[in-house]
Amino acid sequence: MNPFDFITQTLRIAVPYLFAASGGLVAERAGIVSLTLEGFMLSGAFSATLGSYYSGSAVIGVLAGAAGGLLFGLLHGIATVRFRADQVVSGIAVNLLVIGLTQVILMLLFDSSSNSPRVEGFQAGLSGFGDPLVWMGLASVPVVAFLLYRTPFGLRIQAAGEHPEAAASVGINVRFVRYVAVAISGVLAGLGGVYLALDQHQFTNNMTAGRGFIAIAAVIFGRWNPWLAGGACLLFATAETLQIQLQGVGGIPSQFIGMIPYVLTIVALAGLMGRAVAPAALGRAED
Amino acid sequence: MSESFRLRAEEALLPSIVALLIALILGDVLILMFGESPAHVYSRMIEGAWGNPYGFAQVLYKTTTLTFAGLGIALALRAGLFNIGAEGQLAAGAFGAAIVGISLPAGTPGLVAVPLCLLGAAAGGLLTGGLPGVLKAKFGAHEVIVTIMLNFVVLALLNWLIVERLRTADTLHTPEINAGAVPRLSEFIPAFHGSAANVTFFFAIAAAIWCWWYLFRTPGGYALRATGLQPDAAEYSGIRVGRVWIKAMALGGMLAALGGTNFVLGYKHYYEDGFTGGSGFLAIAVAIVGRNHPFGVVIAAFFFATLSQGGLAIHALVPKQMVEVLQGIVILAMAAAVPEVQRALRSARKVVAA
Repeated sequence: MNPFDFITQTLRIAVPYLFAASGGLVAERAGIVSLTLEGFMLSGAFSATLGSYYSGSAVIGVLAGAAGGLLFGLLHGIATVRFRADQVVSGIAVNLLVIGLTQVILMLLFDSSSNSPRVEGFQAGLSGFGDPLVWMGLASVPVVAFLLYRTPFGLRIQAAGEHPEAAASVGINVRFVRYVAVAISGVLAGLGGVYLALDQHQFTNNMTAGRGFIAIAAVIFGRWNPWLAGGACLLFATAETLQIQLQGVGGIPSQFIGMIPYVLTIVALAGLMGRAVAPAALGRAED
Repeated sequence: MSESFRLRAEEALLPSIVALLIALILGDVLILMFGESPAHVYSRMIEGAWGNPYGFAQVLYKTTTLTFAGLGIALALRAGLFNIGAEGQLAAGAFGAAIVGISLPAGTPGLVAVPLCLLGAAAGGLLTGGLPGVLKAKFGAHEVIVTIMLNFVVLALLNWLIVERLRTADTLHTPEINAGAVPRLSEFIPAFHGSAANVTFFFAIAAAIWCWWYLFRTPGGYALRATGLQPDAAEYSGIRVGRVWIKAMALGGMLAALGGTNFVLGYKHYYEDGFTGGSGFLAIAVAIVGRNHPFGVVIAAFFFATLSQGGLAIHALVPKQMVEVLQGIVILAMAAAVPEVQRALRSARKVVAA
């Protein structure tokens, strides 16, 4: 395989990770735990499929997918911000809810327990770079970095995640900031799912297959910094491309390459490669 | 009944009841979307789960795994730690039991073989539960993320072992165990014929009683609960919080891992890739709805086992995945209801006191 194909394949694999990790980063920096990324992605993939199926337009599919991610982002927000539900528990519930709902609605609309009919996607071309979602995914990292570090709202997000009491004392509406942050994370992670569904021209059950958790791994391994998290996504995608290319050649078993993101995350959390420190108020309800 | 007992019971039970009611109502809406009558669907569900001996025995089988895994999560939660690793711990436990059972010579008496297999399972849980505990105590690594990541690592590792080392031809499972199998309940109750329910059900009940005793009747359990309520205060009063964390995670991992014996010793007699099928995650709901009380866990496990068995009976009317939706709603409603109910009860009490 020539290097150009290797790089384009890696970038395409990285797109859903980049979307979801950027989204997760915004929510986590605002203090909301992002175990929900998997659910947001799956909801985005499903909604995009429905949107594209009924309109025949991939663009409508993208909008519908973003709305699907937004919907569950807001649900997670209402549960954790308004009702002060445990963020980990709410996250698990949201994931379970999306897996169940997508299958039930698939049955209701298409009478299938496994996949949707073929839907319209983008003309991706051989390299895949004709798909605007690829470019959006690559752009999501600098956009989120700009939002967090160069805008007043980004500073409010950071304040809400580091010290909500202090933020509130200077007039920041912490609840509002957290709602917006979790909504942004729903939309971004949802777009990651949209890319998967439109690229494959259909929705299949549980098609995100744990990618939301790899995205969380990237956020943590990237120490909650957008650039480092983006780098982690590219690293994990490279490992995956190698795994696909090396299959059958022998050498390292594919299962071990698949473990790389998870093992690196544990190592990073254990502080063996410099400490990964979470936002101080991560997971804590605002009082 | 004393006043304080009533208040405590209200605080413990109300969120579960509120959550179940919300799930019931939203479940009605879903069923109506499929053009079916909720009463009809729910009665078919109950009928399929409790209305015949086979269905009921299957409920007991599912209760067994969920009780073990739920106890493993609840025990850690009492120490203030969220063990999301039950899925991997179940698998590791099943694998440990299978390895011991395969290594033993055929004809080893059950009185020797079964305890050894249980030890094998516990060893799997000790590794997969203990590691996150150690990382938390020594390095402050957040146990939620570590246990989630470890799930993927454990399942990939076991998949590799099965595919490359231990597989019997054309399958994804190990050879059968030579010793350590336990009898099915149908040997004592013929009506349960065909069901996988087995003696490990009683092990699960025993484990729940042990957990209750340990948590509420021993100094170790007291230290564990104190750590969960307020780690700084516990540390100040002389409890070594780090050690408690390691112990709670290791014990929790072992309890969850023992759930794997239900499948290996009682049902299939081998370890199979992917047999857990999400039980370890459903067990999180079991622990939460059971309010982290060992007996609450047993009741909640029975409830969720009923839902899942009943889901099979309604498949002709509505998709069985509706059960997953209901589970999601129960967990979400529960998570939202706990702080809400506590606040409401507290303000009601203030009014009464004033």
